[in-house]
Amino acid sequence: MSHKIVVTGVGATTPLGGDVQSTWRALLAGESGISTIEADWVSGYELPVTFAGQAKVAASEVLTPQEAKRLDPSSQFALIAAREAWADAGSPEVEPERLAVEYATGIGGVWTLLDAFETLKERGPRRVLPMTIPMLMPNGPAAAIGMDIAARGGVRTAVSACASSTEAIANAITRLQSGEIDVVVAGGCESGIHPLPIAAFAAMHALSRNNENPAGASRPYDTARDGFVMGEGAGAMVLETEEHALARGAKIYAELVGGSVTSDAHHITAPDPEGTGAARAVLAALKQANARIEDVVHINAHATSTPVGDIAEYTALRRVFGEHLDKIAVSATKSSTGHLLGGAGAIEAIFTVLALRERTAPPTINLEHQDPAILLDVVVSPRKLPDGPILAISNSFGFGGHNAVVAFRSYN
Amino acid sequence: MALSQSEVLAGLAEIVNDETGIATEAVQLDKSFTDDLDIDSISMMTIVVNAEDKFGVKIPDEEVKNLITVGDAVNFITAAQG
Repeated sequence: MSHKIVVTGVGATTPLGGDVQSTWRALLAGESGISTIEADWVSGYELPVTFAGQAKVAASEVLTPQEAKRLDPSSQFALIAAREAWADAGSPEVEPERLAVEYATGIGGVWTLLDAFETLKERGPRRVLPMTIPMLMPNGPAAAIGMDIAARGGVRTAVSACASSTEAIANAITRLQSGEIDVVVAGGCESGIHPLPIAAFAAMHALSRNNENPAGASRPYDTARDGFVMGEGAGAMVLETEEHALARGAKIYAELVGGSVTSDAHHITAPDPEGTGAARAVLAALKQANARIEDVVHINAHATSTPVGDIAEYTALRRVFGEHLDKIAVSATKSSTGHLLGGAGAIEAIFTVLALRERTAPPTINLEHQDPAILLDVVVSPRKLPDGPILAISNSFGFGGHNAVVAFRSYN
Repeated sequence: MALSQSEVLAGLAEIVNDETGIATEAVQLDKSFTDDLDIDSISMMTIVVNAEDKFGVKIPDEEVKNLITVGDAVNFITAAQG
């Protein structure tokens, strides 16, 4: 038998807030989490981009110094988000062998890797910390969470660039549906606001260069959009079989009804302009949900604010939904948070779940002149969603031609 | 000028505290790094390297396995300052 899957806990640390509630409130208030980076290395390296979505609450304010010392910043964010989600779910009692982790990152421990290389060059191999490898490995965040909650049912890491954490959530579905696992902590994290990733993303002209107006730089669907804005942080959700959640009287946010992954095989970075792979991913998620396209009332779009990416996603959505797309409330929350790369899908899945639970689609800020080629009903101030059973999807696409989509349904 | 045994102990206790969070008062000469203080091999290597920096001594890798107790380490460092 196939088990229903429900969301019973959420956790996040983002450029808008150090937890889910403060992040969600700031998002609904239309705030921007983007600001100028106040670090010496910005001017030291003469970086062409001087701003980002930096975590609102530093991880060092939450973790003990000893915890932080053994974790890359990406894992620090991951642990903070996972602990919040776990506590929010009521710290469920579950057999360790039936508890799993599906937790993603886009880049991995880039701070640890590059700091260790500096240490090697300046001070020699003996000064390279013995924790360097476990801190830099991309499965480090998942492993840290798994140890924290004693998950022995498997700890896995999806790595598919900016689609990573949506893929991680999708990967949880089969494990829970089959009944082999009762509870999964899923999500993703990133800590890439480091001079090298900034220089490298800037080299491919992927980043906005609106240094004079950081808060207005992430502007999905706007005619003046000129690239994405890097963000950092993490999101985590506790996913559970409905049976297990009901048996322990857990509060239920929403039902996870679909998750799918496709690939373009088109170009290493450019999206397929026809949006074929993305469209297949959306359709597959809806098919898994046993839903009709008319059931979808809200989309949390990938919408990174790049000139080509926003159009490619629109093209894919139009292929799938046809005229019904005009009736769907579309939110591009990266306008407020920036792009958390491997953490993006996780926080956006949380926003999607909260939108269903509170029947409110969050706003898209900085939309002043909507691109006439993108005919979407973009939510610019919080909008009420319909009563009754409703369905929403969250899209993520990544360099490498990765497409990942998850679908959630309102619960009661 | 070489530090006394108690000064080395105090300095080592700070390094242990910084790495593991163990209270400096708990770092006493008769305590075993592994059995009493629950310090794993990764933390031990970090402590060794930090001690080398702090006290200006060299602690060869083959010597580290002989440093069972805090007292062993303090004695080694005190002598190595020589």
